[in-house]
Amino acid sequence: MKDMYNVSASPHVRSGVTTAQIMRDVAIALMPASIFGVYQFGFQAFLILLVSITTCVVAEFLYEKFMKVPEHPYECSALVTGLLIGMNMPASAPVWMPMIGGLFAIIVVKMLYGGLGQNFMNPALAARCFLSICFTGRMTAFAVDSFATAKASSESLYLFNYGAAGLDGITGATPLTALKAGEATPKLIDMFFGFTGGVIGETSAMMLLIGAIYLVYRKVISLRIPLTYIGTFAVFMSIYTACTGGFDGNFVMTHVLGGGLMLGAFFMATDYVTCPITPVGQIVFGVILGCLTAIFRLWGNTAEGVSYAIIFCNLLVPLIEKATIPRAFGLGGRKNAK
Amino acid sequence: MAGTFKGGIHPNEGKGCSQDKPTTILLPKGDLVYPMVQHIGAPAKPIVAKGDKVLVGQKIAEAGGFVSACVISSVSGTVKAVEPRLTVMGNMVESIVVENDNEYTTVEGMGTKRDYTKLSKEEIRNCVKEAGIVGMGGAGFPTHIKLTPKNDDAIEYVIVNGSECEPYLTSDYRMMIEEPDKLVGGLKIILSLFPNATGIIAIEDNKPEAIKVMKNAVSNEKNIEVKVLKTKYPEGAERHLIYATTGKKINSSMLPADAGCVVNNVDTVISIYLAVAESTPLIRRVVTVSGDAVKDSKNFMVRTGTSYSELAEAAGGFVETPDKLISGGPMMGLAIYSLDLPVTKVSSALLAFKKDEVEAMPQTNCIHCGRCAKVCPSRLVPQKLMQCAIRFDNEGFEKLHGMECYECGSCTYVCPAGVHLTQAFKQTRRSILEERKKAK
Repeated sequence: MKDMYNVSASPHVRSGVTTAQIMRDVAIALMPASIFGVYQFGFQAFLILLVSITTCVVAEFLYEKFMKVPEHPYECSALVTGLLIGMNMPASAPVWMPMIGGLFAIIVVKMLYGGLGQNFMNPALAARCFLSICFTGRMTAFAVDSFATAKASSESLYLFNYGAAGLDGITGATPLTALKAGEATPKLIDMFFGFTGGVIGETSAMMLLIGAIYLVYRKVISLRIPLTYIGTFAVFMSIYTACTGGFDGNFVMTHVLGGGLMLGAFFMATDYVTCPITPVGQIVFGVILGCLTAIFRLWGNTAEGVSYAIIFCNLLVPLIEKATIPRAFGLGGRKNAK
Repeated sequence: MAGTFKGGIHPNEGKGCSQDKPTTILLPKGDLVYPMVQHIGAPAKPIVAKGDKVLVGQKIAEAGGFVSACVISSVSGTVKAVEPRLTVMGNMVESIVVENDNEYTTVEGMGTKRDYTKLSKEEIRNCVKEAGIVGMGGAGFPTHIKLTPKNDDAIEYVIVNGSECEPYLTSDYRMMIEEPDKLVGGLKIILSLFPNATGIIAIEDNKPEAIKVMKNAVSNEKNIEVKVLKTKYPEGAERHLIYATTGKKINSSMLPADAGCVVNNVDTVISIYLAVAESTPLIRRVVTVSGDAVKDSKNFMVRTGTSYSELAEAAGGFVETPDKLISGGPMMGLAIYSLDLPVTKVSSALLAFKKDEVEAMPQTNCIHCGRCAKVCPSRLVPQKLMQCAIRFDNEGFEKLHGMECYECGSCTYVCPAGVHLTQAFKQTRRSILEERKKAK
């Protein structure tokens, strides 16, 4: 028998949920959309995902080794960051771009601020914004030459979309750029299933929703942020169309299904580290996100607005949290005992 | 609908090991140790010295202040020593050691039946006080003080806490099934103190057997009802129990009496019955011995002062050397490093586990996931409190209502990063309380 048994402060049991498990769940939830992206855009898409994941994981490992970070269980978070960076890139991007993105996300945004849980911005989105600013042309090069010169009619888009399946890295104009340019947009049903242009991981709303359902089922995310975000965005857009020549459902739905909204709302706005922890704060966060995204998309220079909106709102999180600390049980309120 | 509250967790119940084992009486073999601190408040003062003869039911230490309780000998024999001994808290506490003569000679009059309806309120309260009864759920608040609110007429509810939300514990469950009449008797004695009160027996819905037995036992009582609560930890925490049964909310600066409630644990109510109706002071309690490292999980009726090692032995010993021993439940109980400790008035269980889950889960960075805030029954944001706690920012901690925390451990239980939130809150809360004391 032992002389002394282990002691520790209570509680002495744990739920068994670990950070690594949560991160793995997120990675699993991103699989349908990534696999669809690879199916749609071909080997080049796979290569970009692979390079960006490898860069992130290796960068984190080397940084920790070099900076002598004490040993700790592996959390798989760099894997998710890498996957998200890859999913946020057009398949036509050159291979060195996910490398730069991965390094920026992991070293600058995450590790220099203290590693997991200490970053104030979503690393994957920071990398996307960084790349968008540095290499605007390449990050928005969704159309290869032949299509860029061709008139982007719905017919050609249709052809391209279905033709792209299994072929090598060809991309086309995204629905949002088409919309912005006043061109015809793909059918909503095609956008829902994902037969449209865009970055690797954002095209199929359906695949993203499947992943989101998995995350909700596993209780990794709550629907508070995604629903308020998408809801506010849709309301804002509806009001906008109503004010500018009659309500246009097709316009609103193209905006909801197109671009990075689904990916952003379910997988990046809900990033634990950079979203508010308080329930009311999460709703405020979602509402601000929805408004900002709509403003950026309608009046901004680029067709996209999700990444900048999320990055901007990440910076508001401390303020939102401070203002929305819930009232403790038994303090104030109507039901309080006399 | 079953009463409940927001937040809370559903840990593995683990009650199956011992819930169907009838309570067995265990007589002590070795010396009995009575620490002077078995309750909240001032330590008791010994009134016997080395060499004195004591009897079962004899007061061996008197209350050391207003909030304090006396200590009663549970065996007859000779006082061997009055010296500091190790307690479950991990500290050395002045204790009276009694050598058992195995004759169990009782003091005169012990066990005589009394008709409580003929006793005055003063007499009943005095009985409870002289019996050394404290809250046997774990906190150990002296019961006679609980039963003496400022205004007897303002008490609307007398609640018996039979929720037993801590995993593995089955002692209250067994008592409800085995001694329902004594429980109801005890409740009726308490109700006789408060003219406007109704009695509530609150039981979680994972104990259908206990609900059935208790409903049956109160079928003829107009003034007592059995309330079913949703199974959830910490359903048995006083504040949330009051909310779940009556809808009233109290905070840390209030007493249950401020909401017109008096809350007592099952074993405490039975002890009140024994003290008042059968002239038997608090000399025994029910202890669950359980956990995956225990050979034969059981519930024991033991005399206070018995050593934990005798309990472990009576349960067949261990299947393998346990990694961790806990006195009390796994959520709020105390880890103990030795078995050479006495059973006190508040020892509800001895648990032995093969694996120490705390050790197996190293602490990593907080990822701000919000699980802690989701489960906190006091609706706090533990993640934010933690940021204050690690910086010793007591002011910030109080601003975020940190003092409303009662250390239930739910946040630490769910934390995927294994952050020791509850531990930090315990430290911070102690330091704030000390600061407040100094300021006075």
